[in-house]
Amino acid sequence: MSCMKEFTKGLLKENPSLVMLLGMCPTLAVTTMAQNGLGMGLATTFVLVCSNLVISLLRRFIPDTVRLPCFIVIIAGFVTFVSIMLDSFLPELSEALGVFLSLITVNCIILGRAEMFACKNKVIPSILDGLGMGLGFTMSLIVVGSVRELMGTGKIFGFEIMPDFIEPMTIFILPAGGFFTLGCIIAILGVITKKKPKKIGCENCPSRAACKSYAGGTGEEETA
Amino acid sequence: MELVKNLMVILFTGILTENFILTRFYGICPFLGVSKTTSGAAGMGLAVTFVMIGASAVTYPIYHFVLVPLHTEYLKTICFILIIAAFVQTVEMVLKKHLPPLYNSLGVYLPLITTNCAVLGVTILNIDNGYNFIESIFSALAGGIGFLLVMVIFSGVRERISRCSVPKALEGTPITLIAASITSLSFVGFGGIVDGIFGG
Repeated sequence: MSCMKEFTKGLLKENPSLVMLLGMCPTLAVTTMAQNGLGMGLATTFVLVCSNLVISLLRRFIPDTVRLPCFIVIIAGFVTFVSIMLDSFLPELSEALGVFLSLITVNCIILGRAEMFACKNKVIPSILDGLGMGLGFTMSLIVVGSVRELMGTGKIFGFEIMPDFIEPMTIFILPAGGFFTLGCIIAILGVITKKKPKKIGCENCPSRAACKSYAGGTGEEETA
Repeated sequence: MELVKNLMVILFTGILTENFILTRFYGICPFLGVSKTTSGAAGMGLAVTFVMIGASAVTYPIYHFVLVPLHTEYLKTICFILIIAAFVQTVEMVLKKHLPPLYNSLGVYLPLITTNCAVLGVTILNIDNGYNFIESIFSALAGGIGFLLVMVIFSGVRERISRCSVPKALEGTPITLIAASITSLSFVGFGGIVDGIFGG
């Protein structure tokens, strides 16, 4: 039962990109089309589940002082695997995601889950946690991608949705539209759940253990 | 002359039309997290610029003289992230030992930079675009200056927002993102400027 909770918390209550505000770069960059959002989300989910699995298995063997580099190498290994696979089986998607496929390595969701969950918990909960967080991330990418694709081109997943007489607003495909859509979605989610979204900053940052401005309690500009 | 023009195109494209934050979406976390005050934004921007140039200078020879001859190009992600982590650590130690004043102003931002996608992003972009050594350095320099510029501009915008009364639903993160959207729109205005100056 408690295992189920590890899985469902990532979907909505602790949704990584819309509630915890982690992994903003891919959330903004690849969501010009719902399809790219889906591909990016699934690739990230795969890396997240695999890295959580391996890190959880190795949690007794990784020395505490060098854990961050160890985590990064494990994550980078799986990212390389995913990008080789996508290159050969889905070259179009790989082309569309571009550099952001390699940048999954430095996605703070994955490092954050490794640091906060996988290195302290058993294997099964870690896998479920990774799966839940990954699917939550995928869902939010699809939502942002669908809104931007619908407003920007009148389509969702390539299917014509908008009637002809409504002119598509190209601005939603541009970077400016990405910031705007994400801001509105976070605001709407805050109104619906009647909870203020988390502040961007130190609380959720995976590097905070290494960060002097947090440890010294002087990280005013980040936490304010 | 051709070389100078080429470098200028890389520089202006990186700073204005293909800005790292507002157009390519690299380094959104520090952009939203550390831009509350102008001094913090400038410090972060300078630290990122420095690490980006250093990382490009180190990864170029390693890719072309180690990975390519061994036919292990596919290891570049793992290899680069380790180089960046080691580089950041080294810079931190050197600054702490020899330049304490600089360490005090920039040092706090250094550990955050390892997981900043702008740094890994620029090293991979240099390889993907087939830049030579000097072009790589310039592209890192342009990315860094663009990053610094937008951080400083946006910190001004945020200081202004903090004194406004914002609709309740938009308080906090949403209004910051919408302000970023408007800042990004102003950079769309630079579209075509590079072709205009250097004749494509």
